[in-house]
Amino acid sequence: MKNSHLWRKTKSALASAASFVCALLVIAPLALVFLHLLRSGASAVNWSFFTELPKPVGVAGGGMVNAIAGSFELLGLAALVGVPVGVFGGVYLAEYGTVRGNWLLRFVADVLNGVPSIIWGVVVYGLVVLRFKSFSAYAGGLALGFIMIPLIMRTTEEVLLLVPAGYREASLALGISRWKTIVHIVMKTAIKGIVTAILLALARVAGETAPLLFTAFGNRFWNHDLSEPIAALPLQIFSYAISPYDDWHRQAWAGALVLVVMIFFVNILVRFLTRERVARVL
Amino acid sequence: MPIAVAPERPAVRSTIDRMAPPSGLGDKVFKWFTLAMALAVVALVFLVGWQLARGSSLAIHRFGFHFLATSTWDPVAEQFGALPFIYGTAVSSLIALIIAVPLSIATAVYLTELAPLWIRQPIVSLIEMLAAIPSVILGLWGIFVMIPWLRDHPFPFLKKIFGWTPFFSGPIYGVSMLAGGIIIAVMILPIITSVSREILRSVPNLQREAAYALGATRWEVTRIAVLSYAKKGLFGAVILGLGRALGETMAVTMVIGNTPQIRASLFAPGYTLASVIANEFTEATTDVYLQALFEIGLVLFGITILANLLAQLLLKTMGSTIKSGAVQ
Amino acid sequence: MESAAIIDPPMITPVSSPQQQVASGSEPTAAAPERPPAFEVERLSIFYGEKKAIENVTLTIPSKMITAIIGPSGCGKSTLLRSLNRMHELVPQTRIEGKVVFAGEDIYAPHIDPVVVRRRIGMVFQKSNPFPTMSIAENVLVGLKLNGVRDRAFLRERLEQSLRMAALWDEVKNDLHKPGISLSGGQQQRLCIARAIAVEPEVLLMDEPASALDPIATAKIEELIHELSSNYTVVIVTHNMQQAGRCSDYTAFLYLGRLIEFAATTKIFTNPSERQTEDYITGRFG
Repeated sequence: MKNSHLWRKTKSALASAASFVCALLVIAPLALVFLHLLRSGASAVNWSFFTELPKPVGVAGGGMVNAIAGSFELLGLAALVGVPVGVFGGVYLAEYGTVRGNWLLRFVADVLNGVPSIIWGVVVYGLVVLRFKSFSAYAGGLALGFIMIPLIMRTTEEVLLLVPAGYREASLALGISRWKTIVHIVMKTAIKGIVTAILLALARVAGETAPLLFTAFGNRFWNHDLSEPIAALPLQIFSYAISPYDDWHRQAWAGALVLVVMIFFVNILVRFLTRERVARVL
Repeated sequence: MPIAVAPERPAVRSTIDRMAPPSGLGDKVFKWFTLAMALAVVALVFLVGWQLARGSSLAIHRFGFHFLATSTWDPVAEQFGALPFIYGTAVSSLIALIIAVPLSIATAVYLTELAPLWIRQPIVSLIEMLAAIPSVILGLWGIFVMIPWLRDHPFPFLKKIFGWTPFFSGPIYGVSMLAGGIIIAVMILPIITSVSREILRSVPNLQREAAYALGATRWEVTRIAVLSYAKKGLFGAVILGLGRALGETMAVTMVIGNTPQIRASLFAPGYTLASVIANEFTEATTDVYLQALFEIGLVLFGITILANLLAQLLLKTMGSTIKSGAVQ
Repeated sequence: MESAAIIDPPMITPVSSPQQQVASGSEPTAAAPERPPAFEVERLSIFYGEKKAIENVTLTIPSKMITAIIGPSGCGKSTLLRSLNRMHELVPQTRIEGKVVFAGEDIYAPHIDPVVVRRRIGMVFQKSNPFPTMSIAENVLVGLKLNGVRDRAFLRERLEQSLRMAALWDEVKNDLHKPGISLSGGQQQRLCIARAIAVEPEVLLMDEPASALDPIATAKIEELIHELSSNYTVVIVTHNMQQAGRCSDYTAFLYLGRLIEFAATTKIFTNPSERQTEDYITGRFG
């Protein structure tokens, strides 16, 4: 009796230890990737990386300033598509609709979230690139914007539902119409959460490469026309990574480090924002 | 400020008259506008299906069912069979699940049931950070760090032990189906872990308390009360991970070798549906070639939609059983 | 504009300082009120889905007096109160039968816009709920501003008047730009009252306005309610019988969705006609 108890205790301890090891294995890739990013990327990140255009093959140095700018332009275009649709779709789910209908809409949004990002590239290629016979920043932005829609929609809905019903009631009881209540009271109260949702979606698509391969296409020069191909940081990292030149590999690591630092920065910023929001609403 | 003295008669307009007369129009417009935005998700699903079907109609017509069943991929001769890509997608995803599922679920169990409280949040945050790493950067790391290491250490070791099976025989290049599976596993670890963790957290405490009351140890509580209760939801998490694995593109493309062939050996290079689109789309010079790639996109869309439908159904119905369980 | 014309515009309410108002507070009498009634509730029934929350209630609520609705929890007193400005409709699948006549018109008539009803019939809730993103001043004026009032001088005037009437002006006049939620619980509730009266409704509905407050804050709110009754019709729901006895002129006792008794408060508490009322106020149940 005592022995079997001891054995059960031991088994429990073993299971704890084994699952702890699994947790370590799950986070190991993060540590390894980050380590190599710092080791191989930090030395290549310098002033000219942020100020210069890519140099031709064989010429050392150069930078990715056009790709960094291009990424921001693409994110801006994506936000134009993803933010209004996502945010107001989320408003519908949180404030209007029937139980059944909203269940279905959520379901579709979640399924849409699982569509591989490369598919969005193919679709936008057919939709925009083929039609206008040119790769363009618009096409890239649209592809990223499509990806943002279900992400923003679901998070917006969640943060709006966190707003206590009492605020809606108080506003309606003042004879304020429903839509003004939603816009000026509910959305304003949840503004930090909505911004969080948008930032998270932007951080998520900032690293997307597959949907840009045949929409934005990439560009080794400055782009001054959004209907022309445009450079993007992840695209540049990809093309340098699979190139045969050591100098380009170094640049790829540098680009990767810059991209990851930006994405992590947004994620940490978001964590900071949400902590305050929870303290404020609850 | 002097307080208003009651006037003889209402000389000024009353407050309510100063207000804009209410109009139902704003409410109607706003409601329909938000509804239209919400319906965008439905429209997008149809848009994707329609665009892919339209883009591949010629290829579907020309190759018919053979497209899925033949394995010749020769753009020059305009022979297109998707079987090597379907095989590559299936095998690399399977490898990824074999690696990722036990690790993720064990981690989720650790985080919800077994770990000391102070360590939980830091680990969760680290896993979220792993999820935030773009695929292309993982691929970069795969090419320059993981592949050389796999080639020099674990692969020869595997070959020495299991070399007698067809799966671990043949020359070792580094880039391979196995490497592709491993990098996909890294990509889907965070999602399976975090969804499983949500599932386990939603198991009502009543379940646990009942088992504890019978004198069960921590692990027994987890096994008897929690895991058996959450089975369906965990399965949903795994299928969700599968959906992601099937569509994973950049990292796989960078390490799998991109060779359209069907080989038993996991050391041999392979190709996936997503990779072939990524690599060849801009090179497709003929209409048929482009159409064939569109059709590959359609196949990929079809299977990922199926996986995601199944996953969401499992997860959402799991939610409802938990709710009714909590009421009892 | 049919809906805007539902009720003829009210006379501007003369606003006097709290000190002046104390004297004018009318003593409750058992006699029927002389003024025309504020509400005439006729055979009102309310359903939530299949559940009947209010059953066949007929009730005349006098104007410029305080009417309390009491009863055990779950008796439907909140629902009855909310039906007076159509707030109960926010719960999906509600259905009503009967009429609520306010100033001569049924507020449930098809051409009536609930938004107009709510502008004229204000409400204060159990849990104080100043808007967390707004300052004290913005909270008071939100009902005016979002309803299209732009006149700055008028807004400034309403801000001070409303805060004075809510007995909050002296405490906050130097902090008008601080967040509304920085106030104490009792102050927040008075801020909510100021917010409700800023739009100059004719009626204030109060849903257990002091139940979350400490005794001192409660006393202040009760005093305030008493003062407000010289300008407003006040209908207050309370689970606290002492409160009903202290600060109301008339009392309605509700039990299981039915109106058991409605009379002057003094009568209800000293000489109720119904056995159930007596049982309740003497604490035998509920």
